[in-house]
Amino acid sequence: MTDIAVDIIDLTKCYGDFVALKNVSLGIQDNEFFTLLGPSGCGKTTLLRTIAGFEDVSQGAIRLYGEDIAGLPPNKRPVNTVFQQYALFPHMNVTQNVMFGLLRLGQGDATARKRVTEVLELVQLTRFADRLPSQLSGGQQQRVALARALAPNPKVLLLDEPLSALDLKLRQAVRLELKQIQQDTGITFIFVTHDQEEALTMSDRIAVINDGQVQQVGTPREIYEAPQNKFVANFIGETNLIGVTVVDVSGGNATCTLPGGAQFTCPAAMGATAGPGHLSIRPERVAITAPETGVLQGVVARQVYLGTDMHIDITPTGGETITVRLQNSETTHIPGNGELVGLNFEAGSARLLVD
Amino acid sequence: MAGGVVEKSTSNTSTYAGLGVFMMLPAWAIIGFFLVLPVATMLIYSFLTKEFRGGVIWEFSLAAYDQFFFDRGLFGDDPARIEWTYILIFWRSIWQAGMATFFCLLVGFPTAWFIATRTGANKSVWLFLITIPYWVNLLIRTISMKFLIRDTGPLNEWLMASGLISDPIHIINTNFAVQLGLFYSYLPFMVLPIYASVERYNLAFSEAAADLYATQWTTLRLVILPAVKPGIIAGCILVFVPSMGAFLAPDLLGGAKNFMIGSLIEEQFKGNAGNWPFGAAVSMILLSMVLIVLTFYARQQGKEGAH
Ligand SMILES: Nc1ncnc2c1ncn2[C@@H]1O[C@H](COP(=O)(O)OP(=O)(O)OP(=O)(O)O)[C@@H](O)[C@H]1O
Ligand SMILES: [Mg+2]
Repeated sequence: MTDIAVDIIDLTKCYGDFVALKNVSLGIQDNEFFTLLGPSGCGKTTLLRTIAGFEDVSQGAIRLYGEDIAGLPPNKRPVNTVFQQYALFPHMNVTQNVMFGLLRLGQGDATARKRVTEVLELVQLTRFADRLPSQLSGGQQQRVALARALAPNPKVLLLDEPLSALDLKLRQAVRLELKQIQQDTGITFIFVTHDQEEALTMSDRIAVINDGQVQQVGTPREIYEAPQNKFVANFIGETNLIGVTVVDVSGGNATCTLPGGAQFTCPAAMGATAGPGHLSIRPERVAITAPETGVLQGVVARQVYLGTDMHIDITPTGGETITVRLQNSETTHIPGNGELVGLNFEAGSARLLVD
Repeated sequence: MAGGVVEKSTSNTSTYAGLGVFMMLPAWAIIGFFLVLPVATMLIYSFLTKEFRGGVIWEFSLAAYDQFFFDRGLFGDDPARIEWTYILIFWRSIWQAGMATFFCLLVGFPTAWFIATRTGANKSVWLFLITIPYWVNLLIRTISMKFLIRDTGPLNEWLMASGLISDPIHIINTNFAVQLGLFYSYLPFMVLPIYASVERYNLAFSEAAADLYATQWTTLRLVILPAVKPGIIAGCILVFVPSMGAFLAPDLLGGAKNFMIGSLIEEQFKGNAGNWPFGAAVSMILLSMVLIVLTFYARQQGKEGAH
């Protein structure tokens, strides 16, 4: 039919007066690892719950492979969820938990058992088939939750911060596993996280959400390298925001006046307009030069040692502090405090944002 | 699980052995004075000979138990036949208590569920409202009910005034009246333990079940009920056991035809007509039955825990 697995059209969700989701529109492709990324309380869980059917929508529509699912209760929707706290049935062992959905779909005992064996193998839990959830570690429980949601072979799998209860090491290992499982099964994953690193490493595409609104949708590279607005630039990785006066925007490029008076032309985000604005530039893309060759001049305010890297904070004349990231090697010249330096960056590294 | 808990408490007692014994004294004293002593007294009395004006003669006798189970005719020399009178009373008590438990569960579960799923302060308000009637003494409540449901009582008057019925419905002195009395007396004992376990129930389990294609009924049967089972069982015991031995409701609402064990026992200790050894024997039989049920339940729980 169509390549869009989940089509969210102008969705708004209110709790009384509070608007949790505002005009959200997203087209999630079939077979895609799609991530909803945003700070705590931005509405990620709410969006996932409306797709699963636990919350009704105030306005807008959700289509699953072209079919409007607004009227369907959760148990009629061909999507499964991996819950944030797993929600494994405590009185059922691993096999019974994983088999639950299969039996409800009317599969026979033998067929269901065969599928359980298959899925437990996929998540490497065969040895624990007879254990109760309380007899498993957090990581193992997380896999049971995944197995249970995968077993009925849903068209779409919803994952609500499934890794947040794991410690850092385990989390990093499971990321790759999860991505592998998604590719092997070909199921569309909608993955919720507030961890930008997780989002960048796992996703095919990311939707950055803030205050119930979609800020930007794109591949990890697009999100990181071409942020649309100040929120996205700040939330994903570290960035310097340089206040500028935009003289002209045309053909996707902007000409602006930097603090200190230099003219600079760089790519502009869609919808950026003339007037006061902000450039985003990543710390690793700024070079320290001799004062007269830089587009900006400033005084070194402080150095921060980070192991492999150094952060140098520089205060430009008439602007806010800019952080430069330098590799910590013997050949790198690290300027001293109070030294006057120049700052330079490629046009392609900077970007004019929508405020 | 159970093993771990036992281990822990053992190590505690060894560390604070002296203090532990001291702390256990009140419990032992209470169990000794209020449980072992009275039950032992009853047990002994049930094997004594009755004194005609109430009280006992200190002489061993099986007469009380004999009277309960066997009918030996007027002069005691006919061949023994089973005496059905008391067994029937027993059976009626079990039946009444069972029905009361059933109806309390039927009403108590949704009530408990409703209260436990309210938010914040509302919860306390509902709980408070549920307990208010129980500040009044059981005797007074039962007598009030008698007045409410009698043929000329407000219930019938109201129903007749509203034109729903033309003649009063005869409720008082029926099994139904006893049932109503038991139900009303013990409903909170069903609601509160179930409330406690529903309160601990994580609603995410219901969502997970729905997410895995379960209908609401399947969710109730396979996920909710197993999770709140301890509360349900506690509630059933707390309603069934006192209902079995109840005497206020059957006495005041049921009349002579709807005699239950509680009333039978009460009669034996009242005034001159009583028979103390017989009353004690009936109590012991009641107690044994309850113990058998509880032991059976404990066994069952033990098996499930070990699983
Ligand atoms: N049932 C509800 N009633 C009222 N407000 C709610 C309800 N559920 C969520 N909210 C509000 O909606 C907003 C979004 O909540 P949501 O749970 O979707 O956040 P989230 O992005 O998942 O955050 P987190 O990363 O902390 O899980 C929050 O401000 C929250 O307070
Ligand atoms: Mg959330």
